[in-house]
Amino acid sequence: MLSIKNLHASVEDKDILKGINLEIKAGEVHAIMGPNGAGKSTLSSIIAGNENYEVSEGEILLDGEDISELAPEERAHKGVFLSFQYPVEIPGVSVTNFIKTAINEKRKANGEEEMPANEMLKKIREKSELLEMDRKFLSRSLNEGFSGGEKKRNEIFQMAMLEPKIAILDETDSGLDIDALRIVANGVNKLKNENNAVLVITHYQRLLDYIIPDFVHVLMDGKIVKSGGKELALELEEKGYDWIKSELN
Amino acid sequence: MELKEKLISSFMAFEEQIDVNSGLHDVRTAAIKNFETKGFPTKKEEAWKYTSLNAVLKHDFTVFPKHESAIEFKDVKKYFLHEIDTYKVIFIDGKYSSFLSQTTHDGLDVCLMSAALNKPKYKMVIDTYFNQIANKDETLTSLNTAFAAEGAYINIPKSKVVEKPIEIIYFSTGQENALMVQPRNLIVVGENAHVQIIERHQSLNENPVLTNTVTEVFALKRAIVDYYKIQNDLGSANLIDNTYIAQKQESRVSVHTFSFGGNVTRNNLNFYHQGERIDSTLKGITIIGDKQLVDHYTLVHHAQPNCESHQNYKCIVNDNATGVFNGKIYVEKEAQKTDAFQQNNNILLSDKAVINAKPQLEIFADDVKCSHGCTIGQLDESAMFYMQQRGIPKKEAKALLMYAFSNEVIESIKIPELKQRITKIIAQKLGVNLGFDL
Repeated sequence: MLSIKNLHASVEDKDILKGINLEIKAGEVHAIMGPNGAGKSTLSSIIAGNENYEVSEGEILLDGEDISELAPEERAHKGVFLSFQYPVEIPGVSVTNFIKTAINEKRKANGEEEMPANEMLKKIREKSELLEMDRKFLSRSLNEGFSGGEKKRNEIFQMAMLEPKIAILDETDSGLDIDALRIVANGVNKLKNENNAVLVITHYQRLLDYIIPDFVHVLMDGKIVKSGGKELALELEEKGYDWIKSELN
Repeated sequence: MELKEKLISSFMAFEEQIDVNSGLHDVRTAAIKNFETKGFPTKKEEAWKYTSLNAVLKHDFTVFPKHESAIEFKDVKKYFLHEIDTYKVIFIDGKYSSFLSQTTHDGLDVCLMSAALNKPKYKMVIDTYFNQIANKDETLTSLNTAFAAEGAYINIPKSKVVEKPIEIIYFSTGQENALMVQPRNLIVVGENAHVQIIERHQSLNENPVLTNTVTEVFALKRAIVDYYKIQNDLGSANLIDNTYIAQKQESRVSVHTFSFGGNVTRNNLNFYHQGERIDSTLKGITIIGDKQLVDHYTLVHHAQPNCESHQNYKCIVNDNATGVFNGKIYVEKEAQKTDAFQQNNNILLSDKAVINAKPQLEIFADDVKCSHGCTIGQLDESAMFYMQQRGIPKKEAKALLMYAFSNEVIESIKIPELKQRITKIIAQKLGVNLGFDL
């Protein structure tokens, strides 16, 4: 589904990614772990199309199609979703209106009619219940005055509404208390199926207790230095990243 | 002939045409003298250093239109707040249109300045209020005073809550190649009375217009006045708006100015406090492009203790346009416990767009809370990326961000239909359809 080949990227002439290779198949959950500054968030931003980064080499394929030259919204229309570490506040635009616009822009780009109002409402109700969101929440301005947990829950709500092929969760666990973490993870697990995939980017193993990865990759200094099964996450939690460093040397 | 000379030489003819014996004769004569001495302001003056009228004044403006023009309601309906019932005082090329207006004398006066100036029964109000708060030194205000003949006259008696908004609209039809109009409005809001007013100037074709308007508002004890100015005129229209507001004890006055259209727009907005525990609100949204210029020149004169003023101006400038904000807060020695706040946020969308921002605080009292903040920036790139990531294309994402930026001001519009109208104009101005009413 998502295939990243020899990806090199830089920002302001500073190399951040130095040859990433990653193969994610439909139905799989991958986790990328790594210390601060390893390039984890850069990688998720680049997959989503952030134009602040310069891709100097390599390609990003979604179902075999190179998407590395596409605008962020075009990638979104093709099914890439990034749950932001720091979602943006948009005063005056309600959660409902924002997601309606997002859904209909996607449909428009894919040559479909706008979603009928009753279908939209039904879907909003269903998905907001899944994330245990209060109805009042939906009419509030997007992310304005939201707590950290509410912001993340709202991200996963949007993911549920947009039904992406590949969902990238960038540090979704940061700022979450244990209840919010459980709700968010539960949401992700319920949305997971044979036809989509999830890439979890995290510093800590905590989230991976709830969203169980099939593969764990360790990203250090712009490269994936080690890959393994879910037990690798536990090992990292126990031994820290220095263990890998010493292993590499 | 230059416009200044033309105006001065037509003054005598104008006075004869109305009534030389009127008590206003001396007021007018003094006013034209002040204008004759000072002329039109130039960039050499501090108050006009960012705004030049030179190009505007080159047009050969007709000062008194020769034709009477009529327009059909259906052709101009969209400029009215037609979703709800309103009082209407409507002018076409400076002349009153009884056909489009809906005035009243039933429990309040919503009518014409010309009637108020000429009929004995209004004499007392005119003597008490006319030209009392307008700045007699200011040259353009003087010019307006010299020729003041027509405009809206609104007098709300004590404790009257006016149940529907009052719309004041000045249309120009373009019958003349270039037209100068000088509306004069007088609004007196009695003790405990409450009124909402919407003012708009609108050209109906691309012939140049210069409007030099003066509005005096008197808010008596505990009066509440919500005043909205919609400036969404064609690119050939120029507006100099001189608004003077005098507030008595515990009155609350807010002025919202929405500036989207026009060529050169200058808003001189002045608040004078004449009592304690007064609340003044000045808010504005400016969204301009091309070579447009919008200049907000505000003054809040705190003269009494325990009063508040809140200013919040948002400005988005694209292309070669220029936005100016000059906000002056003057706190007299007596005005202890003043709480004066001023916020001015600007977004530049192009390399050639210009923002000139100048907060001016002159504080002579020692126990006050005065703050001001000014920001100039670009659209937040991370916010753009966030929205694009959700599939919202760049143009629409930009529009949403600009709307969000303006939201604080939009939120405080108290007439729901007007709020909707303003958001529609913003969406139109930004060229987007988001599938919901912004």
